[in-house]
Amino acid sequence: MAELLNVRGLETQFRTREGLVHAVNGVDFSLKEGETLGIVGESGCGKSVTVMSMLRLIPSPPGKVVAGQAFYQGKDLLKMSDEEIRHIRGSQISMIFQDPMTSFNPVLTIGRQVAEPLEIHQGMNRKQAYERVTEMLELVGIPKAKDRLGDYPHQFSGGMRQRVMIAMSLVCNPSILIADEPTTALDVTIQAQIIELAKELRDKLGMAMIWITHDLGVIAGLADRMAVMYGGLIIETAPVKSLYATPSHPYTLGLINSLPRLDMDQYHRLESIDGLPPILMEKPVSCPFAPRCTFVRERCLQENPPLLESAPDHYTACWVDPATGRDRS
Amino acid sequence: MGRYLIRRILYMLVVILVVSFITFSLMHAVPGGPFDKEKKLPAEIIANLEKRYHLDQPLWKQYLSYLNDVFVPQFASEGPKGLVVDDDFLINIKITNSFWIRWMNFGPTFTSRSRSVNDIFRQNLPISVQLGLMALMIAIVIGVPLGIISALKQNTVWDYLGMSVAIFGVSVPVIVLGPLMIWIFGVTLKWLPPTGWGSKPPYFLGVFPTNLSWDYWRTAIMPSVALGLGSSAILARLTRASLLQVIREDYIRTARAKGVKERMVITRHALKNSLIPVVTILGPMMAGLVTGTFVTELTFGIPGMGKYFVTSITNRDYPVIMGTILLYAVFLVIANLLVDIMYAYLDPRIRYD
Ligand SMILES: Nc1ncnc2c1ncn2[C@@H]1O[C@H](COP(=O)(O)OP(=O)(O)OP(=O)(O)O)[C@@H](O)[C@H]1O
Ligand SMILES: [Mg+2]
Repeated sequence: MAELLNVRGLETQFRTREGLVHAVNGVDFSLKEGETLGIVGESGCGKSVTVMSMLRLIPSPPGKVVAGQAFYQGKDLLKMSDEEIRHIRGSQISMIFQDPMTSFNPVLTIGRQVAEPLEIHQGMNRKQAYERVTEMLELVGIPKAKDRLGDYPHQFSGGMRQRVMIAMSLVCNPSILIADEPTTALDVTIQAQIIELAKELRDKLGMAMIWITHDLGVIAGLADRMAVMYGGLIIETAPVKSLYATPSHPYTLGLINSLPRLDMDQYHRLESIDGLPPILMEKPVSCPFAPRCTFVRERCLQENPPLLESAPDHYTACWVDPATGRDRS
Repeated sequence: MGRYLIRRILYMLVVILVVSFITFSLMHAVPGGPFDKEKKLPAEIIANLEKRYHLDQPLWKQYLSYLNDVFVPQFASEGPKGLVVDDDFLINIKITNSFWIRWMNFGPTFTSRSRSVNDIFRQNLPISVQLGLMALMIAIVIGVPLGIISALKQNTVWDYLGMSVAIFGVSVPVIVLGPLMIWIFGVTLKWLPPTGWGSKPPYFLGVFPTNLSWDYWRTAIMPSVALGLGSSAILARLTRASLLQVIREDYIRTARAKGVKERMVITRHALKNSLIPVVTILGPMMAGLVTGTFVTELTFGIPGMGKYFVTSITNRDYPVIMGTILLYAVFLVIANLLVDIMYAYLDPRIRYD
């Protein structure tokens, strides 16, 4: 299928009081039409900053995208004018956020907030927009949607609010939906419902998705392809089956081994990854995972491994093959 | 909302009663009396005066009769000399030609035989209230936009300029600013009248001027700015801080992610939220301004309430102290009620029922 989005060498930094934070250090990925890309990685590894950089939503100051390109339908999102990118946001590429409570404006009605993209991008008047909003709210499963247009965000439960958020992001039929940990703030049963809803809507509307999470278990059933991030870099990316079946980076391996599995006996201890996530105060020259890696060698401390094809369509940034414990050639 | 209002009004009555009790107790607990002068009066004269003003009676009796005079409506029908309506009582409501309901007799003043407390309330209090309210207007009109500009242009020349004005505003007292303004605009440039106040009775609702003229505004502008500038500085700093905080909120990011124009992000999504904390301090601020007019009135030669309020305490002029404090209390409670209503209007999460 045709390529929709292509990100190359994305680098974003934050100027903070403690110094320059290298949040994203050269990220490459691409997204095909209708494809779902899952991005996983622990807190602070740069997942949010990556996608926000693409949409130029990084607060500046302190943040700045210092390098890279992000081609969407042949145009570089990072180079286009403010007006152009504004017209893409919310209409062609839209985003949903982690906390459905704080992501809605508390003093505006749900109707107005969900209708806003329609009014901005499709020039609808309030009445036309409200009709479409009602349809959309029904689609995401808000009961009595028409009567709730005048309600405020605090009158909805967390799960309902996230549904409304999804409706708001899809109201203009975007070709890409970016979801930044949309279920982290919800309880487990609601999480499952939201993921189910996302799957359903994707199949119905056919948009591509980037789904950010730190829950490997959740994403397996949703994504076509996975990207694992560590220290502001993608360290492994592969089709979802291949990634789970043959994780080729020690960090990914660690992540998968830390998941509980049904076929484990009850005395089996979950494995954890020792050590702490890297401090991003300088651009990594060596492998950022090296200090925590059990396979670490001399070379890992001197050269940061590039993302290379380790198996067909399976890319890994590691000098060692954790399956055999030997150096990659 | 209706039930809420009724509850608030009942609660207001309780507050006023408590205030009256505390004021009365404190006032009598302070040593000295209204007739202790530098030159001691003969004991018989003091006794006579005290008898005339019922100060010889037990305190509880004085208190109850005061409450009766002020709070309990009285009825009047035409007497032999006809009806003299607007003397003793502040509020006179005509039912029929010969039947009136009269309310709030605040009594005589001890310092001036010819004037009652009500006379002060009719002639001087409205001026102070007008001055206080205009100062509040000035504070809002200068402070809020200044705060918004400073926040939007954070860390630029505009921000520093705005905040310097704000620091100037809080740190220069009326007693310096007032004479300076009089000297520049009143005496040297002769743009504005240096002293006085341009309103006369009758007043609408007993407070607001009915004969508004160009001269009224010209006289009012300097004292209002002098009094309001400090508060405008406070509002500017608060608005700035609040807007800067709101701009970092998640929902502002959401608005940008939807493609909302930057100008609309501010006007539609940020402003209303950022004004919520600003509105909450308007109540106490209005209180401070209306009751804090003394120095401004003195500086600009304004015949307001301040002088009476301050001297009544040193003079132990009990009826003036009681009356002023009670009226101010009523005023403040109403101000707070208005703020709470405005608050609910701004923030849908707050509902009164
Ligand atoms: N506004 C900011 N100012 C300074 N540093 C920032 C800012 N936003 C992000 N960072 C830094 O960028 C790095 C990556 O942050 P990011 O939010 O992308 O992490 P994440 O992978 O999304 O984590 P999480 O799972 O917690 O959402 C972090 O180390 C963080 O400290
Ligand atoms: Mg994040």
